[in-house]
Amino acid sequence: MVEPLVRLDKITKVFGDGPTAFQALRGIDLAVEGGDFVAIMGASGSGKSTAMNILGCLDTPTSGRYFFKGVEVQALTRDQRALLRRRYIGFVFQGFNLLPRMSALENVELPLIYRGEPAARRKSFAMAALAQVGLEPWASHKSNELSGGQQQRVAIARAIVTRPQMLLADEPTGNLDSETSFEIMRLLRELNRGLAVTVIMITHEAEMAAFASSVVRLRDGLVEQRELAS
Amino acid sequence: MNNVSLRRDRHVLFLAIRQIYRHRTRSLLTVLGVVIGVFSVITMVTLGNGATEAVRASISALGSDLLTIRPGQSAGPGGGSGGGPFDLADVEAIRGQIGGVVVVAGQAQTAGVAVRNAQSWSTTITGTTNEFFRAQRLTIGAGREFTHEEEEAGKRVCIIGATIVANLFQNTDPIGQVFRVRGISCEVVGVLEERGQNGFGGDLDDTIIMPLKAVQRQLTGNHDIGAIAVGVDPTFNSAAIQAAIVALLRERRNLDPTQDDDFSVLDAKQIADTISGTVGILTLLVGAVAGISLLVGGIGIMNIMLVSVTERTREIGTRLAIGALGDEVLLQFLVEAVVLSCLGGLVGMVIALIICITAAPLIGVPFLFDAQINFLSFFFSAAIGIGFGYFPARRAAGLNPIEALRYD
Ligand SMILES: Nc1ncnc2c1ncn2[C@@H]1O[C@H](COP(=O)(O)OP(=O)(O)OP(=O)(O)O)[C@@H](O)[C@H]1O
Ligand SMILES: [Mg+2]
Repeated sequence: MVEPLVRLDKITKVFGDGPTAFQALRGIDLAVEGGDFVAIMGASGSGKSTAMNILGCLDTPTSGRYFFKGVEVQALTRDQRALLRRRYIGFVFQGFNLLPRMSALENVELPLIYRGEPAARRKSFAMAALAQVGLEPWASHKSNELSGGQQQRVAIARAIVTRPQMLLADEPTGNLDSETSFEIMRLLRELNRGLAVTVIMITHEAEMAAFASSVVRLRDGLVEQRELAS
Repeated sequence: MNNVSLRRDRHVLFLAIRQIYRHRTRSLLTVLGVVIGVFSVITMVTLGNGATEAVRASISALGSDLLTIRPGQSAGPGGGSGGGPFDLADVEAIRGQIGGVVVVAGQAQTAGVAVRNAQSWSTTITGTTNEFFRAQRLTIGAGREFTHEEEEAGKRVCIIGATIVANLFQNTDPIGQVFRVRGISCEVVGVLEERGQNGFGGDLDDTIIMPLKAVQRQLTGNHDIGAIAVGVDPTFNSAAIQAAIVALLRERRNLDPTQDDDFSVLDAKQIADTISGTVGILTLLVGAVAGISLLVGGIGIMNIMLVSVTERTREIGTRLAIGALGDEVLLQFLVEAVVLSCLGGLVGMVIALIICITAAPLIGVPFLFDAQINFLSFFFSAAIGIGFGYFPARRAAGLNPIEALRYD
């Protein structure tokens, strides 16, 4: 059997302890093949972001096993997980998490700095990524001076600038009008089809989920259903 | 490890420099906190040391063959407490009964305003004998000393310092001129050679010297002698003479063996030590005040650093999330803290030294570079800056990225 790109095996996540402990994930099993485009849907609070953070190696599960490219992530050190994020994963946060005071361009350049790219390459890659999300004219604006939708697109540009093998996007169109949303979805599909980037995306909108090849539905911390997109 | 490659890329130090520029206000305030702390400590301690040295130098110049006897037990300026004054019989007893004594000059001092034409000048008047000039190594620059007859009769004549010449006589020749002091008139017979400032800012030329009997009769109205200057033969043992004088005066003042001396006999070197000891304590106090300002500066730095912890923690979370290693993030924050703190320390040191070099001659003290206090204050502020910049960052870098991003 060929190993999928990511495989979650009975993943649970408990926040807090004692009487206030809350079990956000109750045993998630999920496999995503390289090159897939998966949409994750589910009610608010169903554990979508929690699962996504674990997939992105940003958070550790309470129990269960997570394999990335066949490597068990819990067995890695903190630094190895950071290097794994740096090399293979692009992440679009639900809350963007851009650095204020920095221009859009500098924000997009940031992952390239940690990859040790020389300045000239950083700049041209970052400009190209900004162009892909239609923000070239805003490159030199401070990120805290941009609108919510613009910030979201900067966050997307930052996630794709490294040409990651896997792109994780937590509601990437949550703040965008439908026209821009479709543009972003077409961009994700292009990355997925043209460059074989594996895309896992959380969304509330069926129209956006329609771009994916399969949809995973979460409910109360469990995978309720997995279906091929219509 | 399968086809997963986890290679470490090169470090990125220049991030820290960009960070400093990006947070200009925060950086400036941090630097300012260090500058103020370092500057105040170095300035105060350096000038204090200079003052101590100036006092010591000017008193040591008096030589160790001069003994000063005062009532009470303190030798500092202003005299001591306890113990009544001396009288002429004490002076004569010392002259007659102690071997190795060359000159003995009793002094009666009082303060008063000297007036001539429209000029007036407030000063001190010392009543004494010609021996005083010998004991204190004073030279008459113009005119003459008192005559024997003037001393015996308590004539109203005086020998004045350069400051009096300047203020009462506008630097014209005062010899033979008359002025009034505390209601009596007085003829100038001599002028002291100019001596300048003493170590604690006093003007040695601001003095009027009259025959002892003139001051006692016309001004103080009693026979008290407030201080006795004794010049000793340098071939004699000064300590033995001191002991002999102490024994003599104890007897004359009827002190029984259980009682402490109610007077003091000190040579110039001992006075120098006592006074520079006092100035040394002042320097210590000033240093303590400066230390407090260093601490306040430090707390300022601390506040700025702690206030930005939330912002920094989020930033660290973001950097970690996009693949920065904990060490890389830490290094960046450490470099930022080190650069700011050391910059502040250096600027503070340079400003302090410039101020000290300029101010020292103005207030009449030597400039003494104190390497210890420079390094101490520099390292203290730098340590605060680095500590409070680094430790919150270290904590943040130890969180997992999600925790750091959620921090508030
Ligand atoms: N750090 C945390 N501490 C405590 N509880 C948490 C924490 N993070 C998430 N939770 C809880 O876990 C549950 C799942 O949260 P999660 O963010 O995964 O939901 P979600 O499906 O992404 O919702 P939304 O669509 O609103 O983003 C929620 O009930 C939330 O309150
Ligand atoms: Mg969410």
